[in-house]
Amino acid sequence: MTPRPSRWLVRAGAVAALAGAVAAPWLVDPYTTSLLARTLVLGLVGVSVAILTGVAGLPTLGQTGPFAAGAYAGALVGLHVCPIGLVQVVTGAAAGALFAALTVPLVVHARGVVVLMITLAVGELTVTAASRWRSVTGGSDGLAGMPAVRPVWGMGVLDSDRERYLYTLVVVAALLAVVLIVLRTPAGLLLRACRDDEARMRASGHRVTGYLAAAVVATGALAGVAGALLVSVQQYVSPADFGFEVSALLLLGAVIGGVASVGGAIAGTALVIAVRDWLSGMLPGHAPLLLGGLFVVTAYLFPRGVVSFSAGAVALLRGGSRPGSARRVPDRSGADPAPGAPVPARVGPRGSGVGT
Amino acid sequence: MTGSASTRVGPATSGAPALLTATALTRRYGSLTAVAGVDLRVAAGERHALIGPNGAGKTTLLDLVGGAVRADGGRIDYAGRDVTRLGPVRRARLGIARTHQRPAVWSSLTARENVEVAAWRQAGGLRGVRTPGRFRSRLREPALALLDRVGLADVAARTAAHLSHGQRRQLEIAMALAGRPRLLLLDEPAAGLSGAEVQRLVTLLATLSREVAVLLVEHRLDLVYALCDTVTVLRDGRLVASGTPAEIRHSPAVRRAYAEAVR
Repeated sequence: MTPRPSRWLVRAGAVAALAGAVAAPWLVDPYTTSLLARTLVLGLVGVSVAILTGVAGLPTLGQTGPFAAGAYAGALVGLHVCPIGLVQVVTGAAAGALFAALTVPLVVHARGVVVLMITLAVGELTVTAASRWRSVTGGSDGLAGMPAVRPVWGMGVLDSDRERYLYTLVVVAALLAVVLIVLRTPAGLLLRACRDDEARMRASGHRVTGYLAAAVVATGALAGVAGALLVSVQQYVSPADFGFEVSALLLLGAVIGGVASVGGAIAGTALVIAVRDWLSGMLPGHAPLLLGGLFVVTAYLFPRGVVSFSAGAVALLRGGSRPGSARRVPDRSGADPAPGAPVPARVGPRGSGVGT
Repeated sequence: MTGSASTRVGPATSGAPALLTATALTRRYGSLTAVAGVDLRVAAGERHALIGPNGAGKTTLLDLVGGAVRADGGRIDYAGRDVTRLGPVRRARLGIARTHQRPAVWSSLTARENVEVAAWRQAGGLRGVRTPGRFRSRLREPALALLDRVGLADVAARTAAHLSHGQRRQLEIAMALAGRPRLLLLDEPAAGLSGAEVQRLVTLLATLSREVAVLLVEHRLDLVYALCDTVTVLRDGRLVASGTPAEIRHSPAVRRAYAEAVR
C-alpha cells in the first residue's frame, strides 16, 4: 500500500476533535455538558448502528434494544449492588450482548428492508416490555435514585456534570479505539466481504450467518455499555430513552455520517442531536422539520455521508482533482464502487436491492 | 446409471477414479426444466467441458454441482460421498470452487484482500493466521503469488470495483484457486477477455496441477478442444453426447443439436 498523506490530516482532525472534547466541559455550562455526555452515549450506540448497517449490511432500527438492556442492567447494579462504574459497564455489556444474542435468530437470516422491520419490532417490543415490567424496570416511571457512580474502586464519587462527562468520554474513547482496531483486523475484512457478496463468501467456505451473528452480539455489547453510561450520566432511566425516535435518530445519524465509518457515525449522531436539541431551541416545536431538512440536504450534498465530504475536501486541499489522486482517497468506508461518482448512501445493500 | 447413457459417444478417461458423479440430476424453475435427468462423470484431474446452445442448462448444472442451487431430483457424489443435500459452504470446504459468468468478487476489497479472504478457510481460519508472521506466510504471500499467476500482480492494491471486467474475471479465478480446490467449476472463463488475457488463461489452465479437476462451461470451442479431455454436450437441459473432443467434433448428434438450436 502506498502511504497516504491524507491519513495524517485525518489523524490531526481526530486529535483536534479529542482535544476539543476534553476541553469542552470547561467552556460550556453544566447543562450543555450533560447534553454533550448524552451525545457521546448516543454516539456510541450510533457506532454500533453504523457497523451493523454499513459494515455488516444489516440496517437496524433495533439497537435501542441492547441499549435499553444495558441501561436497566446498569441501573439495577447501581441501585442494588455497587456504585462502581466498571462493574456497571461490564454488566451493561453482558446484558446488551445477551439481548442481542437472543435476537440473532430473528435478524441474521433476513436481509435489507426486512431487517429494518424486524429490528423495529424488536425495539418497540423492548420499550413495551420496559414500561410494563414494573417490578424490574419501574414501568413508565423508570428507575431513579441510584447513587452517583465511582469509576473504579478507590476513586471518588463523580458528583458533577463535568466529571461524569469526562468519565463517559474516557469509556467511549477506549471502546472506539477497540472498534477501530477490530475493524482493521481481518474480522473487519470478512464482514465487509459478507456485505459485498454473500454468495461468494459461501462459495469460499465462509459461514456468513456465523459472522453476522458475531457482529450482532458484539454491537449489542457496545450498545449495552452505552446504556450503562447513560444511567451514570443522567442517574435516571425510563422507557422514553429508547423510543422509536431514538432508533430513527440513530439510523439517521449513521446514514448522514456515511455508513460504515466510525468517525462518521459519531459526527452524524452529534449533528442530529445538535439539530434536535440546540437548533430546535431557536425554532421551538420544529425539531422534526429541521431533522428532515438536514437529511434532505446531506442526501443531496454528501450522498456518501459527511465523511466523504471531508475526504473530498482533503483531496481538494491537496490540489488533486485528478482521477489518479481520487483513486488514492482511502477506501476504508468500503461503500463506494467509484470515488467521485455520485452514489447514494447505501443502506443494507446486501440482498435488499438497494445497492443495485 | 439411468437416463441418457445410450447417447454417450464413448467413455473418456475411464481409467481414473471418478471425483464427481452426478446421476439423473434434475432442476426445475416453475414449468421450465433447466436440467433434466443429466448424468455426468468427472474423473480426478480431468479437464471436462460443458458445451451447448444458450439455455441448455450448463450454468444451472454448475450451480447444482457447486451447491448454490438444490437439485429437485437425482444425486451428486463427490470424492466418495453423497453431497446432494450439502450447502455451498460445506461443498466449498470439501474442495469445490467456482467462478461465475458475471465475476463475483468483493468489490470494496482490494484484489489482494479478495484472494486472502478466499484463501481464509484453507489457511486455517482465524487460528491459522492469528500472528502477523503466519498471516504473511499463509495468506499474503500465497495471495500475491496467485495474483501474479493470473497477471494481476501490479493491481494487487487496487479495489476490485476499479478493476476491468477481464481483470475481475481473472481475480475470481485466483480466488477460486486460493481455496486449493480439487474440483474447479469455471463458467465461461474466457468471455470478455482480451486476446492477451485469453492466452494467459489458456497457459494457466494448461499448467494447472493435475490434482485439480476442471469442469468448465465455454462457448469458444477452439479453447475447449485445445484444453479438455472430455466434452459433454447439453441441449434443453438434456445430455446430447459426451466424449473426447475428436469424437464430439464429428458426432452427428452434436451437429444436429447445434443446427436445431440455430434454426
